[in-house]
Amino acid sequence: MNANIKDKAAIVGVANTEFSKNSGRSELQLAAEAVAAALDDAGLKPSDVDGITTFTMDTSDEIEVARAVGIGDLNFYSRVPHGGGAATGLIHQAVMAVATGMAETVVCYRSLNGRSGHRFSGGVSGDITTSDAIHWGWYMPYGLLTPASWVAMFTQRYMHLTNCTKDSLFEVAYTMRQHAASNPAALFYQKPFDRAEYNAQKKIVDPFQLYDCCLESDGASAVVITSTERAKDLKQPGVVIKAVAQCAAADMEVMTSFYRDEIAAIPSMDIAAQTAYSQCGLTADDIDAAIIYDAFSPIVLWQLESWGFCKHGEAHDFVMDGALRLDGRLPTNTHGGQLSEAYIHGVNGIVEATRLVRGTSVNQPGKTINHALVTAGVGVPTGGALLGTMDTL
Amino acid sequence: MNPEETQAFEEKIYAFIGRENGPPKKGHDAVNEPMIRHWAEIMGDESPVYTDSEAAINSSKGGIIAPPSMLQTWSMEGYSMAGDFVQDVQRGLHNVFDEHGYTGVLGTNTTTEFFRDLKPGDEVTAHTVIDSISEQKATARGIGYFIETVTTFTDQDGEDVGRQVFRVLKFVPADGDASASSESTDDESPAAPTRIASPRGHDNGWWWNAIDEGKMLIQRCKNCQTLRHPPRPMCGECQSIEWDSIESSMEGEVFSFTTLHYPKIPGYDYPLCCAVISLNEGTRIVSNIVGIDHEDVTIGMKVKGNIEQVDEKTMLPQFYPAQAGE
Ligand SMILES: [Zn+2]
Repeated sequence: MNANIKDKAAIVGVANTEFSKNSGRSELQLAAEAVAAALDDAGLKPSDVDGITTFTMDTSDEIEVARAVGIGDLNFYSRVPHGGGAATGLIHQAVMAVATGMAETVVCYRSLNGRSGHRFSGGVSGDITTSDAIHWGWYMPYGLLTPASWVAMFTQRYMHLTNCTKDSLFEVAYTMRQHAASNPAALFYQKPFDRAEYNAQKKIVDPFQLYDCCLESDGASAVVITSTERAKDLKQPGVVIKAVAQCAAADMEVMTSFYRDEIAAIPSMDIAAQTAYSQCGLTADDIDAAIIYDAFSPIVLWQLESWGFCKHGEAHDFVMDGALRLDGRLPTNTHGGQLSEAYIHGVNGIVEATRLVRGTSVNQPGKTINHALVTAGVGVPTGGALLGTMDTL
Repeated sequence: MNPEETQAFEEKIYAFIGRENGPPKKGHDAVNEPMIRHWAEIMGDESPVYTDSEAAINSSKGGIIAPPSMLQTWSMEGYSMAGDFVQDVQRGLHNVFDEHGYTGVLGTNTTTEFFRDLKPGDEVTAHTVIDSISEQKATARGIGYFIETVTTFTDQDGEDVGRQVFRVLKFVPADGDASASSESTDDESPAAPTRIASPRGHDNGWWWNAIDEGKMLIQRCKNCQTLRHPPRPMCGECQSIEWDSIESSMEGEVFSFTTLHYPKIPGYDYPLCCAVISLNEGTRIVSNIVGIDHEDVTIGMKVKGNIEQVDEKTMLPQFYPAQAGE
């Protein structure tokens, strides 16, 4: 099969900053200036841009550049590895994204103080002041150092604005553990807990106690993807990718997007969900089961809202009805999730979502699963995929 | 140093690679319950598997174990270390660096592997080797070399129980000030841990420098006057790179907060209340809420900030409940 990208994309704007031995400013500022100038060359506004790509070696984070320039919601962002070998790789990424409709306008950049700052001739490593390190600097001196503490900041706000309580956090953690208890592969196989045991766990950061936080574990997961045509001839029943989307919503920081008008929400996942649904025409009503990234118990609640299983702020009522259980409206994390099966950064969730659609989960729900949702981690730029059976083609 | 001098220096330091730091160091005491209990108490780790023999027997561990992070302590020198500084091979290596102007020292990272749980009665011996020394590197601290030592811990049967890699940077302090070294003299007592500082770069250094001078600033676009925090080099509203700043009143209210209990990082006091604060100027800032029981903090609570010296090295904004009527 040929990639159908011919005539689908074009370069419409270019710019350099000046070249010098000492720019006198940060690599981030250089990147922002070049991006703004290239947009000006093209006659585009920052808000016209929805994709961005750079080198993995670049010290200026894509979302920092986006925020600096006033670029809004990003639907496409990527990095190409391998130093200078990445140069035309940036065009490759942008063309693919545009041709497939993943993004409308992609801006590519590379920025470095290669003489006055970190010199490649000096060798790799050392103490480099990247925009990422500066970002953490706004939180480290105060002790806000752990993923639990960052997520807790959103959770406390969410609990303040909605009727979410420890009851719904417990319901999420409890249901995941129930599923793990009947999954021989899970770290918590045959180890269910009750409310008393949940309440007795040590405090981590308010409102989280130990069982609200995911496992730490060794392991690996892998997924093989091929064309749908080819999938028809293979051994296992194919699981069709109906849609896949990712998003870094405007004004994003990694784990600490505390500066938006409201933080009791995850706009990146809201937008990814809307995008995925519009790619394939499915709605929440069509989704029969879900694997929802569960590094911490409340993030499951927010994602249920993002994907439209309930209204914003109403996930408490949804889960308290038992919706996540095997006989519920949306059997969720049937493997036990990362709270109770294992923490393989969500890839074990893709494995389980595939099994659900094949009908081979160790905890296969009684009803037919035509479509399943699987999501990525939140608090960071995120996304999700909708999977379906061959019968849905 | 000219190239010949550098070569001679490097020959000297690289000759240390592969050398044992000294004879294997056997711990003064076997792994024992009283020391485990002291450690667990100080670290605030309430896991029963360290202190409650009955609960431990019924756990998957089958009995009391030592916290894995105690590994290194079992073979430590003890209080005698504070008096006569040990003249081991590593110290000799550092001396060579010091003599050539590489007086700065910075512990950059350590990784530890644990091969089995230690139980009371186990006897731990540490074997340390100078494992590698990097090529010369240009770092933000100055020109220097990374030294990696590897310590293998064995038990009474000679079996490996754990392994620790410790990496330090020996460097020429970038400002040429030899006093920037923290370990170049032998008579220093260990400093109390301090809070982790922000790196300071082009886009944020000015803000932290102002904090050191007792002022909390908010960046302002010179073109459209929009305030922004955290600082960044371009205005997202009008793309201007021209900016100045205003001084914040440090008054505002709690937008959200969380109290941290675990893990306890050295340099911080727990429970530790962190908050996102909406300042009256319209921007937000993350800081600590102090001067109030963390249980009494609420979203919407009015707060007023001060810039305070919170430890030996750190100036930081800290926010208190605003006095009624203020
Ligand atoms: Zn402006």
